[in-house]
Amino acid sequence: MKIALVATCLGDALFPRAPRATVELLERLGHEVVFPADQTCCGQMHVNTGYLDLALPLVRHHVEVFSGAADVAVAPSGSCVGCVRHQHAMVARRGGDEELARAAEDLAHRTYELSELLVDVLGVTDVGAYYPHRVTYHPTCHSLRMLRVGDKPLRLLREVRGLTLTELPDAEVCCGFGGTFAVKNAETSTAMLADKMANVLSTHAEVCTAGDTSCLMHIGGGLSRLRSGVRTVHLAEILASTADQEVPA
Amino acid sequence: MVGAHPGTVVVSARDEVLARLRAARDAGGATAPEVPREYRRSGTAPPGSAEVVDRLVETLTDYKATVHRVADEDDVSATIADILENAGVTTFVAPPGLPARWLGEVTARVRPDEPPLSVAKLDAVDAVVTGAAVAIADTGTFVLDALAPDQGRRAITLVPDHHVCVVRAADVVSSVPEGIARLDPTHPLTFVSGPSATSDIELDRVEGVHGPRRLDVVLVAPRA
Amino acid sequence: MTDPGVTDLGVTDLGMPTVASDPYGHLRGSEPFPVAARRSLADTQLRQNLGHATRTIRAKRAGVVAEVDDWEELRRAGEGIKADVMARLPELLVQFEEAVTARGGVVHWARDAVEANRIVVDLVRGTGAQEVVKVKSMATQETGLNEALGEAGIAALETDLAELIVQLSDDRPSHFLVPAIHRNRSEIRDIFLREMPDVDPELTDEPRLLAMAARAHLRRKFLSARVGISGVNFAVADTGTISVVESEGNGRMCLTLPDTLITVMGVEKIVPTWSDLEVFLQLLPRSSTGERMNPYTSTWSGVTPGDGPQTFHLVLLDNGRSNVLASPDGRQALHCIRCSACLNVCPVYERAGGHAYGSVYPGPIGAVLTPQLTGIQGTDDVSASLPYASTLCGACFDACPVRIDIPHLLVQQRAAAVDAHTRPTTQDVAMRAAAAAMSSPGRFSLVERALKLGRLIGRSGRIRSVPGPGAAAWFGARDMPTPPAETFRQWWARTRGPSS
Repeated sequence: MKIALVATCLGDALFPRAPRATVELLERLGHEVVFPADQTCCGQMHVNTGYLDLALPLVRHHVEVFSGAADVAVAPSGSCVGCVRHQHAMVARRGGDEELARAAEDLAHRTYELSELLVDVLGVTDVGAYYPHRVTYHPTCHSLRMLRVGDKPLRLLREVRGLTLTELPDAEVCCGFGGTFAVKNAETSTAMLADKMANVLSTHAEVCTAGDTSCLMHIGGGLSRLRSGVRTVHLAEILASTADQEVPA
Repeated sequence: MVGAHPGTVVVSARDEVLARLRAARDAGGATAPEVPREYRRSGTAPPGSAEVVDRLVETLTDYKATVHRVADEDDVSATIADILENAGVTTFVAPPGLPARWLGEVTARVRPDEPPLSVAKLDAVDAVVTGAAVAIADTGTFVLDALAPDQGRRAITLVPDHHVCVVRAADVVSSVPEGIARLDPTHPLTFVSGPSATSDIELDRVEGVHGPRRLDVVLVAPRA
Repeated sequence: MTDPGVTDLGVTDLGMPTVASDPYGHLRGSEPFPVAARRSLADTQLRQNLGHATRTIRAKRAGVVAEVDDWEELRRAGEGIKADVMARLPELLVQFEEAVTARGGVVHWARDAVEANRIVVDLVRGTGAQEVVKVKSMATQETGLNEALGEAGIAALETDLAELIVQLSDDRPSHFLVPAIHRNRSEIRDIFLREMPDVDPELTDEPRLLAMAARAHLRRKFLSARVGISGVNFAVADTGTISVVESEGNGRMCLTLPDTLITVMGVEKIVPTWSDLEVFLQLLPRSSTGERMNPYTSTWSGVTPGDGPQTFHLVLLDNGRSNVLASPDGRQALHCIRCSACLNVCPVYERAGGHAYGSVYPGPIGAVLTPQLTGIQGTDDVSASLPYASTLCGACFDACPVRIDIPHLLVQQRAAAVDAHTRPTTQDVAMRAAAAAMSSPGRFSLVERALKLGRLIGRSGRIRSVPGPGAAAWFGARDMPTPPAETFRQWWARTRGPSS
C-alpha cells in the first residue's frame, strides 16, 4: 500500500525518531511510504487555543498537500489525527469554505493514527519487533477518547518479543499537557503531571511509551527534570525495533 | 401594547422573554430532531414475576430498606404487627383508605388521617403505614400517589420517622419506563428509594436525615 | 408607578437574546482561573478532600452505570430529547405555562436575575413571612436570591446538608451536587460545633451523627415553615408536572409542609412529555450520586386541594439563556441536567477545585456555560479564562449522560474569547507568528534551523530553561530535549533523496 506520512511539526523538528521509526516499520512490512515535503503543521495548536481563523490556511495547506499524495495517510500522533478527523472540516465551515470542508472530510476518512493503520487497515498485530525492556503504556487522551483506538496499541505491544508490559495505574487520566494549557495553566498542569509521573514510577518500568510525541514531551520533560531514570519512547520506535536494530536509548 | 412615551413599547417580561427565545431559537436552528428511543421500554421480565420480585428485594435491601416477604395478603397484618411491636411503635398514622385487613392483628394505636392531622400531631406519632402505587425492581424504588386512598397525602409519609409500606407483587415492575407508564403525572407523587440518606459528606452515602430514617417494606408475593 | 412586570424599552431592544445580569457576582468571578487555581492547588487539605471525594464518586458511578445494558441508548435519547426541546422551547414554555395555570399555579416570567429576585422577594413579603426554607437550587444560587432576600430582611435557610455547611461557614459552593465537597468530615464537625447553637458538644465526625445533627438543627424550622423555595430538575410541558430530585428529605419538607411554595426555574428545564422522565430518571441518579435511584423524587402539578402548599408560584428565568440558545452548537450547554459527572471525572476540577472557576457553575460544563451566560467582554474578562481551564482530554464527554460535546464547546468558547480581544495580546502575537511560520514549507524550514540553536544550550541532551514568554511556565517543572542534530525532513532527504 502507498502510505503518505504526516510527520507532524513536532515530530519533524524536535522528535524525528518517531516519524523515522514509522517509515522504517512500514517499509519493513512491505509498504511504500511517501513524504510530501511541503507539509508543515495540521493546525492543532491554533484550533485548540481558539485561533480558528489563523488555523484556516493551515488546514487548507494540509488538505492540498495530502489529498492526492497516497491512498491513505498516517501520523504517529493521536492528537494530530484527532485534529484532522474531528476539527478540520469544522474550521473550514466556520471560515465559510464548504468545498474545503468536504475535501477535509474526505482526507479525514483516509488519515489514520499508527496503531489504527496497523491493526485496522493493514490487519497486523505482530510486526516482528524485538524490544527487551520493561514498558508501561500511557494511552493519551486523544487516541483514547477522540479516535477510540481502544486496546490496539496494547495488542501491538503484547506481540513484541522480549517486551514486558506493566499496567499503568489510572492510565486513562490526562498527563496535564493539553498544548497551550501547560503554559497558560502551568500549575494545574504540573499537578496533573506529578500524579502521572508517580503512576509511571510505581510500575518500575524502564520505558514509558505512548502514541503521541506531545504527551511524551510532557511526561518525558517531567521525568527528566526529576532525574527519574525512566525514559519516554514513542510506540513507533518500539514497533520498529528488531533484534538487529534497536532504537538507541 | 403601546407605551406612555412616543417611540417606546411597553412589553411584559413574558412577551419579552418569549420574543428573545424565539429569536434565539431561530438563530440557533429550529429543526426539531427525531429522538432516538432505542433504549429498553419494557422490562427484562414481566411485572410481578418471581425474577422481578427477587430483584426488588435485592435492590431495596441494598439501600437499607428492610424487606418482609409474605405469601398472602392475609399474612400482612401479622407482619405489620411484628414490625411495629419490635420497633416499639405505640401510635401510627394511616391514610383514610388503608385496607382494614392489613391492621387486623396490630395492637399499636392507629390515628387515621381523617380529618387531616396537624404537622405537630404527625410529628408525635411513631410511624406510618401505607400502600404503594408501583414499585420498580431495577432501582429499588416504590412510588406513593398522594391521591390514592391507601397512600395518602404527602406529609403523612414524611414527618413520622418510620415508614411501613405494603407492596403487592402485581404492582412490581422491572424497569423505570414501566413504572413511569403506570403513574398519573397530575397527582402529587413521591418516588422513594430507601430511607432518607445523604452523600454530602465525602460523597459516601449514609442513611438517616430528614425523611423517615427507618423503612420497612412488606412485599406480598407468593413463592414460586 | 410602573408595574413590576412591565418595562419600557426602545423598540429595537425587543426580543434580542441577552446576556445574564449578575447582581451578586455569582457567575462572573473576580479573578482569572489560573490565579484562583494557584491558591487552591497549594491548599493540601483541599486537594486531599477533593481527591478522596471524586475518587469515591467515580467508582460508585462506574459501578451503577455498568449495570445498565442500554446506557448508550439512554444517553442518545437524553441528547435527542434535549435537542428537540431547544428547537421548540418557546412553544413548550407556553404549553407548560397553560398547564401549570390550569392546575392552580401562578406563573411569573423573569428576564434576568434582578427581576427574578424582585419577584420572589415581593411574593415572600406578601405572605408576611420573615424566614423561608430552601431546597438546593442552582437557579437561585445563580441569581443570588439569598442575598436579595437578606437585603429585604428575610432569612433564607438552606436545608440541603452540603448547602447548610456552606451557609453556616459563610463559604461559597464548589460543586453542583455537593456544594461542600471541599470539606471533609472533621471540618464539617468543627463548623457544626461552632455554628449550631444547640448541637451536642460531644459530636464526633462520624457521618451518620453529622447527618443527625443537621436533622435536629432543621427539624423545627421545617415543621413551622410558611414559605418554601425550590428549583426544578425537570418540568413536563404537556402536564405542568415539576420534579425535584433529592436525597435527604429536606426537599420533601420544603415542597410539602409550607402553605406557599415558590419555584424558580431556568427556562431550559422543560421536557415535552411525562414519559421523557423514564429517560432522565435513569440517567440522572446514576450519573450524579452514583445511585440506582436517589432516595426521594417529588413531582407535583399546580396545587392539589388537601395536599401540600395551597399557593404555588413558578418563576421562569431567562438570565442569559436566550444568549446561549442563539448559538447553534453552544446551546448544547443548556442540555445540562446538573448531574456533576463531568466535574467528578475532570482532572482539572479534581486538582483546582470548584472555587477556582469563580462561578456557581464550575467544572467543564461551567467552563462552557458561564461565558455564554455572561458573554465575554473584552480582552481581560475573567469568564474568558474558563474555557482554557481544560486539557481537552474528553473525559467529560464520556461521562455526560446527555452527550454534551464539552470539548468542542470549550474550543468554541476559546474562539469566542479570542474574537473578544480588543487589543493584541502576547498570545495573539505568538499565534500569528506561528501561523505565518507554518503556512509555508520554506518558512517552516527556517524555523527548524533556528531551533537548532537550542543545541548550544542543551549540552547534556536536555534543556532546563530558555528565555521568552511562556517558557518559565514550562520550565518550572519540565525539561525539554535538545533539538536533534538532524530534523526528520533532513533525514528523509539524506536517505531517500529529494521528495515528492
